[in-house]
Amino acid sequence: MKIYGVAFLSACFLAGQLLGELLGRLFHFQGNIGGVGFGMLLLIVWGDRAKRKGWIGEESESGIHFWNAMYIPVVVAMAATQNVKAAVAGGWLAVVVGVGGTLACFLLIPLMARLGRHGSASRSQE
Amino acid sequence: MGRPHGLKNEIPKAMDLLTDVFSKYDLVFAFLFVGLLMSASILLSRILFRGRIPGAAIAITLGLVMAWFGGRKGVADFPVMAGLSLLGGAMLRDFSIVSTAMGASLSEIRKSGPAGITSLFLGIITAFGIGSAIAVAMGHADPRSIATIGAGACTFIVGPVTGAALGAPSDIIALSIAIGVIKTVVVTILTPLVADRIGLDNPHTAMVYGGLIGTTSGVAAGLAATDARLVPYGALTATFYTGTACLLCPSLLYYLLTVVLPR
Repeated sequence: MKIYGVAFLSACFLAGQLLGELLGRLFHFQGNIGGVGFGMLLLIVWGDRAKRKGWIGEESESGIHFWNAMYIPVVVAMAATQNVKAAVAGGWLAVVVGVGGTLACFLLIPLMARLGRHGSASRSQE
Repeated sequence: MGRPHGLKNEIPKAMDLLTDVFSKYDLVFAFLFVGLLMSASILLSRILFRGRIPGAAIAITLGLVMAWFGGRKGVADFPVMAGLSLLGGAMLRDFSIVSTAMGASLSEIRKSGPAGITSLFLGIITAFGIGSAIAVAMGHADPRSIATIGAGACTFIVGPVTGAALGAPSDIIALSIAIGVIKTVVVTILTPLVADRIGLDNPHTAMVYGGLIGTTSGVAAGLAATDARLVPYGALTATFYTGTACLLCPSLLYYLLTVVLPR
């Protein structure tokens, strides 16, 4: 049944969010630290095990794939509900910092990607 | 609701009925709306751009353009479009992001984990550093304001969280949100355009990218427009970014800023 897959996905999601909230409270921070990330890791690890043990069949998995396919439409809806007007109204400083900071990080991507791929555990010296 | 009131010659009334029904079932209308927008974008991609710009990228950009006509919640400020803020809200966004992890390769993540975590910290420090430096260059002297602007260069959540923690003035906090939203927009539009040049075509680079850029909405939209198979890897590191930055910016990075700033 498809709902089994959706329920399994929900369980991973909620467990991840719980972990994230717990971590947030541990650091006395109002909010959630990496709840989505933990949810993804749980889905990868538990999903793999559940599939190998036959707990989740193809039919159940299609319930998860449905939400996977809804991802782009959800992102389109998200884009349409951003406060774009405020972003534009922020003035020059907002534009310069927003664009400048982003470009700097983009420039680092090829550099960092190369560092990691050679398997050298690069220790960052701050 | 019950029976139609003379639809034939009373167009305004018909419009009222339409908006009534659409805003009553706003989430369902959002499905229809996004579906139509997607199909129009894919058609545009094929005809106008010969497939060189993916349909998803066009749909996301059109979404942003439409959001400009709305207000604080983008087009969702119009009652008929209110369902879009549910469909595109944090809950369904995070839920569908998590679902992309099904089938992602654990060994790939293990292999790229260290590079991803290093990127996370490097990304936060770089965004905060560049943001603060530009703030100083443009005449800001108050360390609390500078730190809030620097935090805004991380994401639009880190800015206000940092500003509130440090007690920065409210116009600076609003500015930091604007900076974060601009970053999201820039990342969304720029990612598919520069993906080839920065080698963003494999899980390893996607994890580094997610860590360095960090804005979940931007990374999610950028990767969706580039290659949907990379989404789980980029999203995984990006989802730790905001939380980590909210910890670092008002504490360690603010302290470092006060040390570095000339008295």
